[in-house]
Amino acid sequence: MTRTTRRPAAEAVTFPTARQRPLDPPDELGRWRREAPLLRLAYPDGHLGWLATRFATVRAVLADPRFSNRAELTHVPVGRSARELSSLRFPPGMFLRMDPPEHTRYRRLLAGQFTVRRMRLLEPRIARLAAGLLEEMAAAGPPADLVRAYALPLPSLVICELLGVPYRDHDRFQRDSATLLGLERGPEEKIAALDGLLAYLADLVRHKRDEPGDDLLSGLVATGGLTEEEMTGVACLLLVAGHETTANMIALGTFTLLQHPDRLAAVRDDPDVATTAVEELLRYLTIVHIGPTRTALEDVELAGRTIRAGETVTVSLAAANRDPEWFDRPDELDVRRPPAPHLAFGHGVHQCLGQQLARIELRIALPALLRRFPGLRLAVPPGEVPMRTDMNIYGVHRLPVTW
Amino acid sequence: MKVSADTEVCIAAGMCALNAPEVFDQHEEEGTVVLLDPEPPAELADKVRRAVQMCPSGALKLQE
Repeated sequence: MTRTTRRPAAEAVTFPTARQRPLDPPDELGRWRREAPLLRLAYPDGHLGWLATRFATVRAVLADPRFSNRAELTHVPVGRSARELSSLRFPPGMFLRMDPPEHTRYRRLLAGQFTVRRMRLLEPRIARLAAGLLEEMAAAGPPADLVRAYALPLPSLVICELLGVPYRDHDRFQRDSATLLGLERGPEEKIAALDGLLAYLADLVRHKRDEPGDDLLSGLVATGGLTEEEMTGVACLLLVAGHETTANMIALGTFTLLQHPDRLAAVRDDPDVATTAVEELLRYLTIVHIGPTRTALEDVELAGRTIRAGETVTVSLAAANRDPEWFDRPDELDVRRPPAPHLAFGHGVHQCLGQQLARIELRIALPALLRRFPGLRLAVPPGEVPMRTDMNIYGVHRLPVTW
Repeated sequence: MKVSADTEVCIAAGMCALNAPEVFDQHEEEGTVVLLDPEPPAELADKVRRAVQMCPSGALKLQE
C-alpha cells in the first residue's frame, strides 16, 4: 500500500453553513467551541485540516506568522468548486492572499488612504449620498427591496467615488463580484467572473494613466510603485471588498433591528448608541461567516495539538465572536455594550484595511434610514426573508420593507 | 503609564487613533501609528488600555 495524504477522517467534522436561526451561527459551531479549541475538519477537496472556534485560539492563529494566508497553500472549507479554486491563480496585487513582506508592500501603499482622519472627511459626502437614496426610495413609494434601494448602492457609490470607478458600470461589476462570492457557483463561472472583472479594471487603470482624476486609483498610478497588473489586482480587491461587506451589514443590521423595536429606537434616537450598536452588530452578525483560513508553514503546537506544516486551519470568526469566555451574554444583542475587541474585521496583519470606512458608513446609514422612515417594517414575515447561507459573505439576498 | 509604538510592526488599522485620539494619530501617507504622547495622563488610562487591547498587530506596548 502506498501512503496517501488522505487519512480516514472518521473523527473529522465538516464545516456547517445551514443555520437553525438566521441571526445565530450554526449551533454545531457553539457546541464544538465548548468541546475543544481545535477540531479536525474534513475539506471538500479531501484535505484533513483543522477548525478553530474559540476567541483565544482564533486570535492566536491570525496573529502567528507561522500561519500563511497564501492562496496557493490553502484549502477551502466549503463550496462546490473548492478543489478548483484552491488552484485558481490570483493576479499580483490581490494582497489579501499574500504574506509579509510581499503583503506589507501593498498594504503600506494603501493604508494612508484609509486612516481614521481621512475616513471622517468623507462623512458629509456619505450622509448626502444616503439622503439622496432615501429620497428616491420615498419617491418610489412602498414596498421596496432595501438591498437594491439602499444597502447595496450606498457603499457601492462610496467605494466607486473613492477608487475612481464609474458607478454607471455597477451592474457589471456587482454581477461578477456576486458570482465570485457564491459558494454554489461552478469553477468555470467563477474564473470567467474574475477574468471579466480584471479585464474591466485593467482598462480603467490604463485610462487613469492617460486621464488621471482626483481618486485613489489615479493617485496609485501616479506614484509609479506598482505595475499595471498589480494595480488591477489591487483595484479588484478593493472594489469587491468595498461594497459586498458593508452592503450586507446595512441590510442584515436593519433586518436584525426590525426584530428588536426597542433597540431600533435607541439606534435611531441616540447618536452614542448608534456608535456602540455598530460595533455590536459587527460582532453579533459577523458576516464573514466562513473562515478565513490559514495554512501552517511549519509544525505548530497550538492548544495542546500539533498542526503539521501544510495543514489548513479554518478559523470561525462568527463562533469566536460568540465565545462566552470573552463576551458576557454573547448571544444577546446589546446595542449599548461597552467597546471591546471583536473579530468581525479579522485580526493580525490582514485585519480589514477598510474597517474605518465601514464603521463610518454603518454609523451614518443605519440611523439615517431609521429616521427617514420611522414606520419602517418588514413587508413579509421574517421567515420569508431569503438568507445568504449560499454566499461567502452572509446577509440577506433581499429585504422587502414597507413604511 | 508609558506607551511605545513599533511602526515596523504596525499595519495601520487605526484602532489606536479611533480609541485614544489624544495619544495616537496616523501617519499621513503610510497610515502607521504616530505616538503623540508616550506618557499619557492617568485620566486617559482606560482609553489607552483599550487602544492597546484592540491593536491587531501587536505594535503597541504598555508599561503601567
